[in-house]
Amino acid sequence: MRAGGNKMPDKDALVKHIPGEETQRLLTVEDLSVSFDTEKGSVRALFGVSFSMDAGETIGLVGESGCGKTITALSVMRLLASPPAKMDGGRILFKGRDLFALPEKRMCEVRGQEISMIFQEPMTSMNPVLTVGEQVAEVFTAHGICGKKEAAERAVEWLRKVQMPDPERRAKEYPHQMSGGMRQRAMIAMALALSPSLLIADEPTTALDVTIQAQIMALLREMRERERMAVLLITHDLGVVHDFADRTAIMYLGRIVEMAPTRELFAGPIHPYTQGLLASLPGASQTSRVLPSIPGTVPDLANVPPGCPFSPRCQHRQAAMKRFLSGETSTDELRDCDREDPPAFEFSPGHLAACHYQRRVCGES
Amino acid sequence: MSGQSMFADTLRRLSRNPLAVAGAVVILFFLVMALFPKCFSEHDPNRINILRILDPPSARHLLGTDDLGRDVLARMVYGARISLSVGFVAESIAIGIGLIVGLLAGYYGGRADAVLMRFVDIMLCFPSFFLILSVVAFIGPSIWNIMIIIGITGWMGVARLVRAETLSLKERDFVVAARAQGAGAARIMFRHILPNTLAPILVAATLGVAGAILVESSLSFLGIGVQPPTPSWGNILTAGKDNIEFAWWLSLFPGLAIFVTVLGYNLLGEGIRDAVDPRLKGR
Repeated sequence: MRAGGNKMPDKDALVKHIPGEETQRLLTVEDLSVSFDTEKGSVRALFGVSFSMDAGETIGLVGESGCGKTITALSVMRLLASPPAKMDGGRILFKGRDLFALPEKRMCEVRGQEISMIFQEPMTSMNPVLTVGEQVAEVFTAHGICGKKEAAERAVEWLRKVQMPDPERRAKEYPHQMSGGMRQRAMIAMALALSPSLLIADEPTTALDVTIQAQIMALLREMRERERMAVLLITHDLGVVHDFADRTAIMYLGRIVEMAPTRELFAGPIHPYTQGLLASLPGASQTSRVLPSIPGTVPDLANVPPGCPFSPRCQHRQAAMKRFLSGETSTDELRDCDREDPPAFEFSPGHLAACHYQRRVCGES
Repeated sequence: MSGQSMFADTLRRLSRNPLAVAGAVVILFFLVMALFPKCFSEHDPNRINILRILDPPSARHLLGTDDLGRDVLARMVYGARISLSVGFVAESIAIGIGLIVGLLAGYYGGRADAVLMRFVDIMLCFPSFFLILSVVAFIGPSIWNIMIIIGITGWMGVARLVRAETLSLKERDFVVAARAQGAGAARIMFRHILPNTLAPILVAATLGVAGAILVESSLSFLGIGVQPPTPSWGNILTAGKDNIEFAWWLSLFPGLAIFVTVLGYNLLGEGIRDAVDPRLKGR
């Protein structure tokens, strides 16, 4: 299914691969493909994901559960357990260095110091037998920044920076004595302690109450400005992305199907999947009392149909098929949809989408 | 949870288990005896008195005297020191080896796991008591040799336990989070995984000390453990078996001490196991 699709020159448009430029880019993910060995055989999780980030930029990575957002993030951190995960192709450049070529020891230095990550579940992401202060302090000692005593002081200082109430006392407490919001603050303190240039936030607010969500996002925003770091925000919450991200990438079944500056994406989505997602936001459609949804279900990753992964649910594809079957049209105009994985195409500067239909309608007209 | 640490919580539950408390009291009693022998007997455990051979218990010799006229209570008190320290040191060696083997096997998995666990299986195939017997016969009985030998033949259970715990702990989110902060393999194993395995290890260690004390007593009873004149509960028993028809006190008291101590450790161990069992929390 990838034959042809990958070889198209347009694919590189997502990366804007110009020799020499990659050293200025903070992060470049190129054609990343990952699969997992399972009992049922090899299951592909990422199909050539490509994007790049500049220093200080925030990218929102949006998609439903199981579409590969977290796999992408863990690949960048090189934290996927292998086996069962397997890199099938592609590379990840961070500040011009190929992360997959780094020895594990060097990668340990990158983690936490240059790229760090906060996780979805603050409940389970902290070690239950170490105090919160010890865990924040560990970031300093693990990287050999300073001794234990100074690390403990710096930990309290960081807990204060993330607005932990009563940081001296809280530093001596265990994670189970804190609320989810406080734990997520502590996780943010840990992630930012060494001023990384890239923060990966994997659904940082999903497990929290709505009011706490807003506080945590405000904190992340403040920290982003103060530390001038780039943020890769993984979420399924379009509202969060709209307020927070400079650019947004929409993922579907292990691919980035559309990527654009956030405003542009919300104003004029191109890919039918993105259109469906935006239409299903409450308040987006005033005419109907029923919230629109995308028909069909996400195919099983072990059994992805050939061609465009969205075609079984795509109204354009289904309409074209109906016209062809009823004899209205003599040829199946959109037969490519079932044959070829659509390559990314730049519809306007910086706005890429992978859709045969849209390319036919506007791209090449 | 009332804002207390998990340790305090466990201790509270432990204190509500009368059997565990009884075990702890017994252990504490013998520990105090081992640490302050002078408070329990003013006699010299090695002083031979041929005028008082096999004296029955009396006001002067509370537990009687043995076949060389030595005070049995004094020998028991000083023997507690030997028997308990053999138990502790041997089990510490076993825990040390078992921890490292279990952590490495569980954390690295794959081939390292297969090799280490097959080695554990091989070690478990040996009838360990006869292995100890033959090794001691070969390198000679001394209290240090006994400790080391008991230790290096008793670590397999701990290794399996730690491996199983490590296998599940290494998949936990906080381990991934620690790796994301740049922690290396050694730091993950010893700082993040190890402390989380301590509860089951504590149980195993407590039961293991009981086992080690038994093995030492058996070895000493057979004459290849702690060598006379150094007293140990096992070799006091040996002296007792030759005179059991007319000096019952010589066999009864060391036997009773071994029995009560081992029972104490087992009760405490099972108490700890129940106290750290999450299914019983809140009781």
